[in-house]
Amino acid sequence: MPRIRRELYSKEICACSIFGAMNRDSERFTGAGVMKAIANMHVRGNGLGGGFAAYGIYPQYKDYYAFHLMFTGKSPQAKLSAKKELDAFLCQKFDVVYDEEIPHGDEATVSDPPLVWRYFVLPKKQGEDPSLSDEDYIVENIMLVNTRIENAHVFSSGKNMGCFKGVGYPEDIGEYFMLDKLYSAYAWTAHGRFPTNTQAWWGGAHPFSLLDTTIVHNGEISSYGTNRWYLEMYGYACTLQTDTEVIAYAADLLMRRQKLPIEIVAKILAPPIWDAIDQMNEKEKKLLTTLRMVYAPLLMNGPFALIIGQTGRMIGLTDRIRLRPITAATRGEMFYLSSEEASIRLISPQLDRVWTPNGGEPVIGELNSMRKVLQ
Amino acid sequence: MKSFVFPEFQIIRDEEKCGQCRGCERQCAFGTHTYDPVQDRLISDDYKCVGCQRCVIFCPKNAIVVRPTPSFYRPNASWSREKLEDLKKQAETGGVILTGCGSDKPFRIYWDHIVLNASQVTNPSIDPLREPMELRTFLGAKPDMMDISAKDGDVEIKTKLSPNLMVQTPILFSAMSYGAISYNAFRSLATAACKSGTYFNTGEGGLPREMREEFGRCAIVQVASGRFGIDAEYLNCAQAVEIKVGQGAKPGIGGHLPGEKVSAAVAETRMIPMGTDAISPAPHHDIYSIEDLSMLIFALKEATNYEKPISVKIAAVHNFAAIASGIVRAGADIIAIDGLRGGTGAAPKAIRDNVGIPIELAISSLDRRLRREGIRNRCSIVAAGGIRCSSDVIKAIALGADAVYIGSAALIAMGCTLCQKCYTGKCNWGICTQDPRLSGRLNVDIASQRLSNLITAWSHEISEMLGGMGINALESLRGNRDHLRGVGLYEWELDVLGIKGAGE
Repeated sequence: MPRIRRELYSKEICACSIFGAMNRDSERFTGAGVMKAIANMHVRGNGLGGGFAAYGIYPQYKDYYAFHLMFTGKSPQAKLSAKKELDAFLCQKFDVVYDEEIPHGDEATVSDPPLVWRYFVLPKKQGEDPSLSDEDYIVENIMLVNTRIENAHVFSSGKNMGCFKGVGYPEDIGEYFMLDKLYSAYAWTAHGRFPTNTQAWWGGAHPFSLLDTTIVHNGEISSYGTNRWYLEMYGYACTLQTDTEVIAYAADLLMRRQKLPIEIVAKILAPPIWDAIDQMNEKEKKLLTTLRMVYAPLLMNGPFALIIGQTGRMIGLTDRIRLRPITAATRGEMFYLSSEEASIRLISPQLDRVWTPNGGEPVIGELNSMRKVLQ
Repeated sequence: MKSFVFPEFQIIRDEEKCGQCRGCERQCAFGTHTYDPVQDRLISDDYKCVGCQRCVIFCPKNAIVVRPTPSFYRPNASWSREKLEDLKKQAETGGVILTGCGSDKPFRIYWDHIVLNASQVTNPSIDPLREPMELRTFLGAKPDMMDISAKDGDVEIKTKLSPNLMVQTPILFSAMSYGAISYNAFRSLATAACKSGTYFNTGEGGLPREMREEFGRCAIVQVASGRFGIDAEYLNCAQAVEIKVGQGAKPGIGGHLPGEKVSAAVAETRMIPMGTDAISPAPHHDIYSIEDLSMLIFALKEATNYEKPISVKIAAVHNFAAIASGIVRAGADIIAIDGLRGGTGAAPKAIRDNVGIPIELAISSLDRRLRREGIRNRCSIVAAGGIRCSSDVIKAIALGADAVYIGSAALIAMGCTLCQKCYTGKCNWGICTQDPRLSGRLNVDIASQRLSNLITAWSHEISEMLGGMGINALESLRGNRDHLRGVGLYEWELDVLGIKGAGE
């Protein structure tokens, strides 16, 4: 029997800036404002990663899954050969209705860019696959690509949305992909990164995404090892060498596969402390005790603030003792989340309401409605 | 026959200090000290001394020193003194060498080769004196997912949940039976467990009737191969039932409580005639296969109305991880694994010192195995055998255990000095004896206070270490090998432990 090798994964540690803006009336707007806001937190990053998620950008292809692929490699040939391998795989598993290189600016403005391509696809299920839902089928195949095909990386895979990310300051990445000119979305999230221990690679930048769920995250997940093994039991391969990935997978497991509402998911990722639970009424006590018991390995420990983007909504959450606060604000139909209030004020000087949510309490912005729940 | 064995200990009495109070004579059940009225002085027989230090601690004049004798033999790396003398004893008696306590052999203690992490800069460490620090743990099967129905903010849980044990700190008292240990020692463990929000394990000796109502709420009752002391009330008064298959100190063999330890009270509790040997067979004679075990698990679940988690305790041996995985599939809610250094009241030395594998390696390989099979959440792992301090506990948890059992550590808290003479029934500390004169020495109030102090102290230390790592709930450390590094270990050992080397 071959010896089981050590689980030699390495976790990236980073401090960061995060920003999100959403129009709850579904009015679409360009990335210009968000780029300006995230650039205002320039010093919270160190130029080793920036990225954006945009919702509602592909209305003409809204029924197709939009795969954004990154092909890395030392030479253009290496990138193309990775693409060739991926294309063969993709044609076998999916119907590709359209594909193109994602338009970008001058390659000289960023460091070592990979070849970035987008495909609009529908699942082509064969054999035993039909028993899977479309989404399970896609997740399974993304895991296959990301673990099996060297130098090819799916970094965005939802419908009518997309992630753009890379090595550089977020404003540089935004310009490289021309987010202020080419795209308009009803919700944007953005991330500027300050990793402390990584070699820069484009796949390691935020957002992290699976299907239409995207995560931008500021902080460190001290429970990474525990979260990781639990998610691996459910078939999630953590390949991106960063702790943020586990949040994306946890969100996918709990919200999409297990269909738990976000209010419950927030109580799993950042549960109240036992002393508080013990004071609650019997019903709440039972619910929260059971949640903590069943989902103990998904508690996200350590300091974090994160923005989860999904079709039609944007959610802010901090760790349960709020070691990394987040600021929320509204102005008319606009809903903002940010590491710093100044960035919100920069693009919207007048605000109707500004607040700092409590630790572990989710702030949820949904199209045309705004809920604050499970008090 | 003249014995050729040297005394293990030397007793040095300061005649100037000795007041001839004869306290040492009364303290020693082995008859080491005798009073000579003619000389008006106490005579000590080194040959009888077991080195338990009872007389030393209780001498009012501090007049006695007991220390191990150096070896008198020509040094020989192969023929150590212990090997020579054990051989001589066998030549003189023709018997099996018996011993007590856990193995004292220098197998690598992995705890001492593993170091913990701490936060620096990127992640604030947490001060447990200022912030909540949560050690609460649930032992038992967890469902793969929770099905809920939410209507207007009103949430109902639809998934049927398995019963779980809630412990306030991940430290439980290991199985030690009434009979093997004294009533007072047994009651001290029970009292301390209830006080500290944890559990004690009855071992295979039953639970005395008068203790059931008061201590059932913090008891795990054992069902072992001798089936001693079992009735419906015994199973139902406790919070969990444990099927004992094996013990780390003596994997593959059973137990033997000699008739002289079976007093009237022990006999009643075990439901056997007074003075008869209580023999626990090596295997359960109704379990010769995994499906037999499954039947017993479900028989116990039926008997307890599916209200108690069922634990199965096995010794960590070569292929135990695969066996444990079968045990989980057979319906067990908790797997207790007992390692090479686990303690015992009596075991053949050849078995104790040569059978089984170290618990550190066992925890990691079991946790990994269950994760790979996707059933880690379907059981909890309780690790036993060689847990000596709070850092051992926290390392066990980071390697994948849910909680630990402590046996020797608990006895040491009550006074045990690991003299390894438990099998003689003459424990001077009143712990491992049924002699009322000896067991009366153990005061339940004091001993239980010492035990709960130990739990409190370790819990504080665990909180400190956890906070240092920037973690405020123990569940976030479970199986989190990221926070461990090995020092001075071979590559294969790091592989089995699943940890990186320090600096990697």
